[in-house]
Amino acid sequence: MRRGIVWSLAHIAMQYAWLCSPPFVQAELTPPDNVQVIDTPNDGGESLTVLWTPHAVDGPDARYQILLGDAGVTEPASMKVIAEFPADTRFVKEVKAAWWTRKGEKTWHQYVLRNGKEVELKDGTVYTVTVALLRGEERAVGQLVQADPAPNWFNWNQVNNLILALSFGGLVFYAISHARRNDIFLRRIPGLDAVDEAIGRSTELGKPILYLTGAHDMSDPSTIAAAVILGRVAKRTAAYETELMVPHRDPITMAVCQEITKQAYLEAGKPDLFKEDSNFFITSDQFSYTAAVDGIMLRKKPAANFFMGAYFAESLLLTETGASTGAIQIAGTDSDHQLPFFVTTCDYTLIGEELYAASAYLSKEPIQIGTLRGQDIGKAVILSVILIGTAAATIGVLTGAQWPSLFLELFKDLK
Amino acid sequence: MIFLRRQLPLLITMITGLLFAGQYYVPHPASEQLLTSATKWLQIIGGFALVLGVTSLFHQHAAKIRRKEAGWGYSLVLYAAMLGTVAVGLWANGKEIVDGAMTSFGWVYSFMMVPLQGTMFAILAFFIASAAYRSFRARSHEAAVLLIAAVIVMMGRVPLGEYLIPLSGDVSQWILNVLNASVRRAILIGVSLGAVALSFKIIFGVERSYLGGGKE
Repeated sequence: MRRGIVWSLAHIAMQYAWLCSPPFVQAELTPPDNVQVIDTPNDGGESLTVLWTPHAVDGPDARYQILLGDAGVTEPASMKVIAEFPADTRFVKEVKAAWWTRKGEKTWHQYVLRNGKEVELKDGTVYTVTVALLRGEERAVGQLVQADPAPNWFNWNQVNNLILALSFGGLVFYAISHARRNDIFLRRIPGLDAVDEAIGRSTELGKPILYLTGAHDMSDPSTIAAAVILGRVAKRTAAYETELMVPHRDPITMAVCQEITKQAYLEAGKPDLFKEDSNFFITSDQFSYTAAVDGIMLRKKPAANFFMGAYFAESLLLTETGASTGAIQIAGTDSDHQLPFFVTTCDYTLIGEELYAASAYLSKEPIQIGTLRGQDIGKAVILSVILIGTAAATIGVLTGAQWPSLFLELFKDLK
Repeated sequence: MIFLRRQLPLLITMITGLLFAGQYYVPHPASEQLLTSATKWLQIIGGFALVLGVTSLFHQHAAKIRRKEAGWGYSLVLYAAMLGTVAVGLWANGKEIVDGAMTSFGWVYSFMMVPLQGTMFAILAFFIASAAYRSFRARSHEAAVLLIAAVIVMMGRVPLGEYLIPLSGDVSQWILNVLNASVRRAILIGVSLGAVALSFKIIFGVERSYLGGGKE
């Protein structure tokens, strides 16, 4: 009985204890800690990066302000508010930068000031920057920091890209030197085996060969590959004394292909058969060019059509017209979006990298074949990285470990 | 002479190739300025090259008219259209609209070029139908697989198809996102490595057949 009374009194005392205690007072707002302002690394200048450590009141109810002023400013009141955002946003981990270029911990806040309409930042000019924390009516301003933006000479975010590109280049040259000393097996590519067949057929029928180099100009690797293959094809047409027609969309490509064809006829020992106008310009306009080439196909009825290089919507218009004339058609493109059209309408299609391999296959030169070996090793490396990356990402998700992300970022955003 | 024909172009290729490969890694405004200047130079050279192209075009069609080759009438049409367009272009000072009114040059562009281009593009629909008819005849196992996949994807991409076969939408997405995307990526990896290898060969003068063949 007595025990029950004691428990009841204790319970009542606990319920009403707040009446006797002093009223609840929210802790005073302290300014953001460890404010750092630096020139934004790895950029073209006119930009500053502000970093500061997380605050105890970080959350959706609090907000941060970024303040900017001239070099001589000492009072936050005379600084301009550049940005305001909730205090649970803008973290270092959200910024698209590699881990080896991060300037703060992943949990720190980061804001990048860039020259634009709202902000004027000039390289070499010193600015005063700070961060203010707001909670309701309260405002606490951090330490004023001075910094000046400057352009950088190297983007360290892309150093992984550079290392991989140089490694791949080294690999290709090693493979070339290896190929000079050893025989390398080259798998058969039916589309390239058919080149001789197509030229032979044209010769037998006494009809010309039509060769297209694609939609791009000479700055595109696929056009260069198409021009290189043209040299091999032209050499054989010269040997077989078959007419070659090469309509172009780009005048520079036309000029280059004229030289290549001329050299091919010289090497074949038939310089007298070379015609300057076998390479001719039509127009740069996509569908005008297509209409003109379709017209050539229907009037001249070439026995073999070659479609090498990059193509867009015109691919099906060209190949379907060619198919309707009964020509043997060989396509080679790295335009993956047009591959289905080529596969359905051409007799043979060189898919993607086979376009680049064609030159090696036709010439059988050790230098060219060595390059292919280098590419194959490169693909093997990429496949291994994909497998290891998949395993690492899975382990990372299952265990919550951070180390897989360090590995994965090495191969992220490679362009 | 051999220096001008072979070594100098190779030297220029190597220097500019390395310079602009390096430019990708340099964010400094000087680097951006270099790229902008080079792009402008390329445009200027392209403008001069157009003279080469137009000369080739005129020569080609003049020869056709002279020899009265098959379809030489089209060459006459080309001459008339080209000279006519140049004339109205000069007359209109290269402008399509002046004071809200369409110029003769604008009329040629809007009522001749655009409909002709539209017509060519529209023909694509019929060509797709005829190509699909030939490809989708299930004459082999591969063609049968292609036919089935195409039917599922087509059904899944239109509301009526998804209404008739509710599962087709999900299966279609799976075919596109898993099978199709993985194959495309595999092709892209091969293409990218091929392009990089070719670039290295050109920059370092290993591949030089684009200069006109020969091994000297």
